[in-house]
Amino acid sequence: MISFVFQSTFKMDSKKYIEDISEIKDLMRRSSRFLSLSGLSGIMAGIYAITGAVVAYFFLFPQKGEYLTVHSWNFRLTIVLLLGIAALSIVTGYLLTVKKAKKNNEKIWDATTRQLLFNFLVPLVTGGIYILIKLNSQHYGLTASLMLIFYGMALLNASKYTIGNVKYLGLAEILLGLLCAALPGYGFWFWVVGFGGLHIVYGSLIYFKEERP
Amino acid sequence: MGLIDNINKIFDHRIRLGIMSILMVNEFVDFNRLKELLEVTDGNLASHTKTLENAEYIKIEKSFIGRKPNTKYSATKSGRIAFKKHIEALENLISKK
Repeated sequence: MISFVFQSTFKMDSKKYIEDISEIKDLMRRSSRFLSLSGLSGIMAGIYAITGAVVAYFFLFPQKGEYLTVHSWNFRLTIVLLLGIAALSIVTGYLLTVKKAKKNNEKIWDATTRQLLFNFLVPLVTGGIYILIKLNSQHYGLTASLMLIFYGMALLNASKYTIGNVKYLGLAEILLGLLCAALPGYGFWFWVVGFGGLHIVYGSLIYFKEERP
Repeated sequence: MGLIDNINKIFDHRIRLGIMSILMVNEFVDFNRLKELLEVTDGNLASHTKTLENAEYIKIEKSFIGRKPNTKYSATKSGRIAFKKHIEALENLISKK
């Protein structure tokens, strides 16, 4: 009898301890990571990238026998197009993420998102400036590769402060960037896969897991 | 038994356990953020942070942001060690069942 009572209280305690552990894990996650990144905005960014790539491929890239030069109009337009895609992706990402954060009752601007943004932007801006310097001295052969690698490192760095598996997207982008460097001449296609395909795949994973109505 | 020995009475409370969990993964956290994450009232939170402070498991830093008073909390070294021991004890208890 005594042993029965003891066992049942022990069982109850054990259940409480399991709850304690899951509460600890939950609070550690919620207090240090921003979990409302929008998957839909990833899908949209991928679609913008592919649309931009199609426009560039048919209208801006040099025809057979022509060369792309840094001071040509087509080159400038390509840069404008790239910046446009980036801006559109950022605005979409911001709006959809704010919406998701509101729904999840998560703050959009606090210590965690500040850390997230800082850790994301340092590698990204470094890469951006580096690429611009290289372009200015006519070294544009590695642009796609550098974009993929620096973007991948930015994601990897930021993944500590958000949904953990952003890390894998980052690693995939880095890997793609390295392959791109090893296979000169295919930069455009690697860019399309990295910024279009991977965004759509990864965005869909989050979307179908968390956001589907 | 022996197993129960490492269970720390101070952490054997949902709110204190919560405060400590948050401070383990954040360098420092202010009062309002704790309140938000734990969904507790001011008075309730204050009394539990006091208990942890008295045990020297957390440090309190008061300052002003403009004219608003701001209270920041951080875990002390001994607090971190004690909390790790407590988690180990919990895990042992669960796995030994």
